[in-house]
Order: sequence, then structure tokens, then C-alpha cells
Amino acid sequence: MRVLYFAWLRERIGASSEEVETAAPTPAALVEELRARDPRYAAAFADVAAIRVAVDQEMTGWDADLSGAREVAFFPPMTGG
Amino acid sequence: MIEVRVQREAFDPAALLPPGDGAAGAAILFAGQVRADDGLSGMEIEHWPGVTEARLEAFATEAAERFGLLRVAIVHRHGPMRPGETIMAVACTAPHRRAAFDGAAFLMDWLKSRAPFWKKERGAWGERWVEAKDADEDALGRW
Repeated sequence: MRVLYFAWLRERIGASSEEVETAAPTPAALVEELRARDPRYAAAFADVAAIRVAVDQEMTGWDADLSGAREVAFFPPMTGG
Repeated sequence: MIEVRVQREAFDPAALLPPGDGAAGAAILFAGQVRADDGLSGMEIEHWPGVTEARLEAFATEAAERFGLLRVAIVHRHGPMRPGETIMAVACTAPHRRAAFDGAAFLMDWLKSRAPFWKKERGAWGERWVEAKDADEDALGRW
């Protein structure tokens, strides 16, 4: 699965995107897998209340169904305008 | 007619205001600019290429249908910017002023917290990512 990171998540993880082998059923489960991988992910995902998630480019909740999903993106709340 | 651009280059917001066409009785132009608050020396905007453009198109289409706008133009920059520079601009026209004002306000409220842009500020104090404001999220409740 393609995983994207934006803003301070990208900086803390040190990558804007990567391919992740995972069978995680939800974004919440995917984050748990990532956190267990490396301290950088644990630091980046320390406060999930400050992070939003999109599955296949649509904003969803942490318990969204990832079956069949191609891409998950994690980012802080948007600050455009 | 809808026009959306996401670009790195500076632009002249005044050029977005369309000339009168006989149908529009009101034309609104809003431009957001970089403030030099708190010793800010510059700003960097990150976005999500492809998705950003699609979101702006969707907001523009919704605003046009909902408020009966005749034209909508949105230009939003990414990359580095300095105080005083224009970050983004929205222009819209409608037969009457209320629809044009409301359409521009609706677009600004959605752009603030639902278009995938992230601002980072620079100053003597270093760098910091701008945090979203509750007031911006609350503003969506108006619509």
C-alpha cells in the first residue's frame, strides 16, 4: 500500500511517501504497525488527535475499512487560504 | 465558468477580476496576503498535487451551483513566500451582490480548512508549522 505523509509528519518520518507491506484492516491498525517499526514513526504518530487521515484521497476516520485501498495519507489539519 | 490554478509563481490578483459581461451585476475579489506578524520573515506552503486542484474545482463547482455564481476563479500558491506577497485569491461574479459576497466567503471558509495546503512560518525564532484554528473549523458550520 502507498502511504503518504505531509507537513510535520513528513519531516518527522523523513519521507513524503513509501510502499508498505501491510494487512492492517484500518488506518488505526496501520499506525500501530508503523509505530512498532521505528522510533521516528512512534514520534511522528505520538499524538494522533493532531493527525487526519485520507484513504484513496477521501478523508475518513481512523476505523475506515482499508480492504481494497491503494493509498493512505496522514497529515495535520489543513491550513490553506 | 470555473478556473482553478495551483502554482508556485507570484501572480497579480487584480487580473482575476473579470470584466463586466452584461449578466453579472456584482464582482468580488478576495486576496490573502502574508502578514509579518511576530517577526515572520517568510512562509512556505506545501500541498498535495493533484488532490489540491480536484478539491478546489469541487468547491468552486459547489459554490457556483449553490449561490448561482456566473464565474469563479481560484488561484492558490505553494512554495516560498515573503511578507506582503499574495498567497491566494478568489474572484467570483453573480447577478447580485449578496450571492457574490456569500460565494466568496463560502470558498474562503472551505479553502482554509478543507483544501490540502499546509503553511510553515519562518522567523528569527526558527520554523514552525501553522496550527489550524478552531474558529476556521467552526466557520464551516455557517454553510
